[in-house]
Amino acid sequence: MVRSSSNNSAKTVGVLALQGAFASHELVFETLGVNCREVRTPQDLGQVDALVLPGGESTTISQLLESSELFEPVKKSVHEGMPVFGTCAGMILLSKKILDGRADQLSFEAIDIEVQRNAYGRQVDSFEADIEVKTFSSPFHAVFIRAPRISKLGPSVTVLAELEEDAVLARQNNVMVASFHPELSHDDRIHRLFLKEI
Amino acid sequence: MAKRETDRASKSTTGSMVVKRGLAEMLKGGVIMDVVNPEQAKIAEDAGACAVMALERVPADIRRDGGVARMSDPEMINGIQAVCSIPVMAKARIGHFVEAQVLESLGVDFIDESEVLTPADESHHIDKFKFTVPFVCGATNLGEALRRISEGAALIRSKGEAGTGNIVEAVRHLRSIIGDIRKIEQADSAELFDWAKKLQAPLPLVQEIAETGWLQVPLFCAGGIATPSDAALAMQLGAQAVFVGSGIFKSDDPAPRAKAIVEATTHFRDADIIAKVSRNLGVPMTGIGMDKIEQRYAERGW
Repeated sequence: MVRSSSNNSAKTVGVLALQGAFASHELVFETLGVNCREVRTPQDLGQVDALVLPGGESTTISQLLESSELFEPVKKSVHEGMPVFGTCAGMILLSKKILDGRADQLSFEAIDIEVQRNAYGRQVDSFEADIEVKTFSSPFHAVFIRAPRISKLGPSVTVLAELEEDAVLARQNNVMVASFHPELSHDDRIHRLFLKEI
Repeated sequence: MAKRETDRASKSTTGSMVVKRGLAEMLKGGVIMDVVNPEQAKIAEDAGACAVMALERVPADIRRDGGVARMSDPEMINGIQAVCSIPVMAKARIGHFVEAQVLESLGVDFIDESEVLTPADESHHIDKFKFTVPFVCGATNLGEALRRISEGAALIRSKGEAGTGNIVEAVRHLRSIIGDIRKIEQADSAELFDWAKKLQAPLPLVQEIAETGWLQVPLFCAGGIATPSDAALAMQLGAQAVFVGSGIFKSDDPAPRAKAIVEATTHFRDADIIAKVSRNLGVPMTGIGMDKIEQRYAERGW
């Protein structure tokens, strides 16, 4: 098995477990031999070195972040440089601006992108497609579920993969985002890419 | 209707099992709420529902009114789709593939082939592989769950007994499904043939469960959830999300109850939080004892 790096064996990756596909992310990390912890409370957050914001319903997760008193602590951690990876709903939560969101929907404003919710359509339009990821030697088979679209990127954001004209995997400093679901692909390369930063 | 359409320009695939199960994965840890109009849909979304189920009458009213219960008016479903940004599900009668075709054409995100509606076919369920939209189906035991999966269901829910506000049947179904999964995990390869026979389920699916220790699709709870504790009970028993039907909008004060059930579903192992959110919710739906009901919806389905 290929390990991402030897120095993250003692680190713990948190997966925000308020709602959504958190268990699928945990499975990938466990298979990679990485310590993993579900984050539902500020106490849980204190125990982790990095955080994954999974897919799910961004409006639901946004409300639960508030009621679980996690919004401010997560925002603080992310702005202080904690490595964070947001997939789908998680990407929406990390974006600077949400289009078509609810008026009260919160975002961490951690990456300089504008995101449009459900931009690829309803579930009947959800799809699988191969994408080319920078530094990967072969295509990554990506799963897009009622996916959000990155409609605008700031100059400090690096695009790591595109689908047609749209950026679908991007990074700015400690923040990585994907509009698709690498946790559903049975391919751990994108998770290993994230682990390199920890 | 076209299954697994491949768009040549983008080389992308829609309607695959991966994509169908994918949406079910996204709903995990959440609450799917029955709503009968756009106002309720807004309340549900505001309370943190991860999806809504659009239907004309909640199960408690279907039970009270009797008669034939059918797919909802497309106008009503479109009205609900117009006001909320979360996934919208809708129910088709068991075996009524035309209702399902109509729901797919409306762009619903998930179809519930539901025993709460009056069945249209007494021996066949819908061939769900023919559709691009994913289906959820109810089950009372593992055999039923596997038969639905073999027909293409992307998500299984316990049937429970809808419209009763009584969790006892959902508990029975969850314990039966998950209990049998545990037993199959322990079984040796020769015993799996007997399990397939007993469950009236395809052998390869039984063998897969023996290997993985879980169903091929997520398992949610439905039927009888009325309180935050009910939701947390279902989650602790092993359900991965909950459907709440009559339990919210048949209660005294739907909005705070809906929000409390959402929080209890997330923090299902934390009794302090469940206690906190359970305070001052007003009167839950009255509910009915199992000895008082004339029609058991859970018996519908084959």
